[in-house]
Amino acid sequence: MTTLANALPRRAPWGWVMLANILWIAAYANLTSFADAVLALSGLSRQTHLGEALHFFIFDTPKVLLLLTAIVFVMGIVHTFVSPERTRAFLSGRRLGVGNVFAATLGIVTPFCSCSAVPLFIGFLSAGVPLGVTFSFLIAAPMVNEVALALLFGMFGWKIAGLYLAMGLIVAIVAGLVIGKLRMEHHLEDWVRAIQAGNAAELAVDRPSWAERIDAGVSHVGEIVGKVWPYVLAGIALGAGIHGYVPEDFMAGIMGKDAPWWSVPAAVVIGVPMYANAAGIIPVVEALIGKGAALGTVLAFMMSVIALSLPEMIILRKVLKVRLIATFAGVVALGILIVGYVFNAVL
Amino acid sequence: MKNVKVLGTGCANCKNTVKLIDEVVKAKGIEVQLEKVEQIQDIMTYGIMATPGVVIDGKVVHAGGVPARAKVESWF
Repeated sequence: MTTLANALPRRAPWGWVMLANILWIAAYANLTSFADAVLALSGLSRQTHLGEALHFFIFDTPKVLLLLTAIVFVMGIVHTFVSPERTRAFLSGRRLGVGNVFAATLGIVTPFCSCSAVPLFIGFLSAGVPLGVTFSFLIAAPMVNEVALALLFGMFGWKIAGLYLAMGLIVAIVAGLVIGKLRMEHHLEDWVRAIQAGNAAELAVDRPSWAERIDAGVSHVGEIVGKVWPYVLAGIALGAGIHGYVPEDFMAGIMGKDAPWWSVPAAVVIGVPMYANAAGIIPVVEALIGKGAALGTVLAFMMSVIALSLPEMIILRKVLKVRLIATFAGVVALGILIVGYVFNAVL
Repeated sequence: MKNVKVLGTGCANCKNTVKLIDEVVKAKGIEVQLEKVEQIQDIMTYGIMATPGVVIDGKVVHAGGVPARAKVESWF
C-alpha cells in the first residue's frame, strides 16, 4: 500500500481526492441495486433463508468496506496533526476532572495501537500525566475508535453513533476519575515508578505538506483496512447467518427489552474475555438487534468486547500490579453495565 | 559500522520494520549491526511512546508504525 501511496502523483493530490470521492459516492448510492442484481443472478429469492442471508452479505460487505475506507482515510489525515507526544505534552500536569475530559477526547483522535499501550502508558506517567487521566485516555482510545463510529453510523444512523460516542466518553472519563481518586499509584510495578521524567526522546518532526497528509491517509487505509477486512467478512458472514436463519424475535426473550435484569451483566461477562475489533463485532450487533435484542444490552456487549480484552490485560500486567488491573477492569465493566441499562431504559 | 536497534515487543509492525531495514541495507550493500530490543523495560529507557521505534547509534530516529521506505533509505 505504501507503494501505491508513493505512486500517487504528488502534483495534484486534491484531484485524486475529488476523483476518489466521486467514485465512492457513486458506489455507495448503488449498494442496493448491486445486491439485488447479484442475488437475481444467483437465482435465489429473498423469501428463502439462504437468499436472505446472501442478500445481507452482498449488501453489507461493500457498504461496510466503503464506510471503513472513508473514515480510516480521514483519520489517517487527522493523525498527521496529533501525535502521542503532542497529546502527552497537552495532558501533562492536568488535574483530575478537566484532564480526564481532555484525555478521553484526545483518545479518539490520537494514533494508538494496542501494542503501544505500555510505552504510551509509561510515557504519559513519566511526563507527569496523572494516573487517572492516563487511564481515561487508555480506556477511550480503543473503545471510541474511528472504526466503531463509522460502522455504527453506517448501520444505525448518527443518533446511535452519537450516543455510543457520548456513552463511551462518559465511561472513560468517569472510570479514569474513579481510578484517580482511589490513589493506586503504588500498584504500579516498581520499575515503572523508578522511571524518571524527562528522558523523552526528542524526535524532530517536519511539518508535513498536504500531499504528505493525504499520502498518510492512503497508507492508513492500506494498513487498517488491510488488517481488519477478514474480521469484517467473518463478522458479516456470521451476521448474515443470524439474519437469514434465526427466527424473528428469537433474541427478544434473552436479550430484548423484557428480558430478565441479568441480561445486561451476562452480556458484559460474556464480552470481556472475547477479543474482537469493532469491525468484526458490529455486523453481529446489527443482526442481533434485527432479531429483537435490546440496543443497550447489545452495545454493552460490544463495548466490553472492544474495551476490555484478555490480551490487553496481559500486556498491562507488565506495568500494573494485579489489584490495579482488577480495579481497571471492574470500574470499566461497571461503567459499561450502567450504560447498558441507561440505553435500555431510554430507548 | 552503524548500530541499528529496533524497539518493539514483537508485534507484526516491529517484525516488518526489521525486515524493511534489512532489505534497505542489503539493497544498498551496507553492513550494519541490526538488533531487536524486545524487553519493555529496555524499550522504555529510550523514552519512546509508540512502537516500533528505531535507534541508530544510540539516537532515536523513529517511533510509531512502520517507517516509510524513503525514510529508512535516508538513514543510511
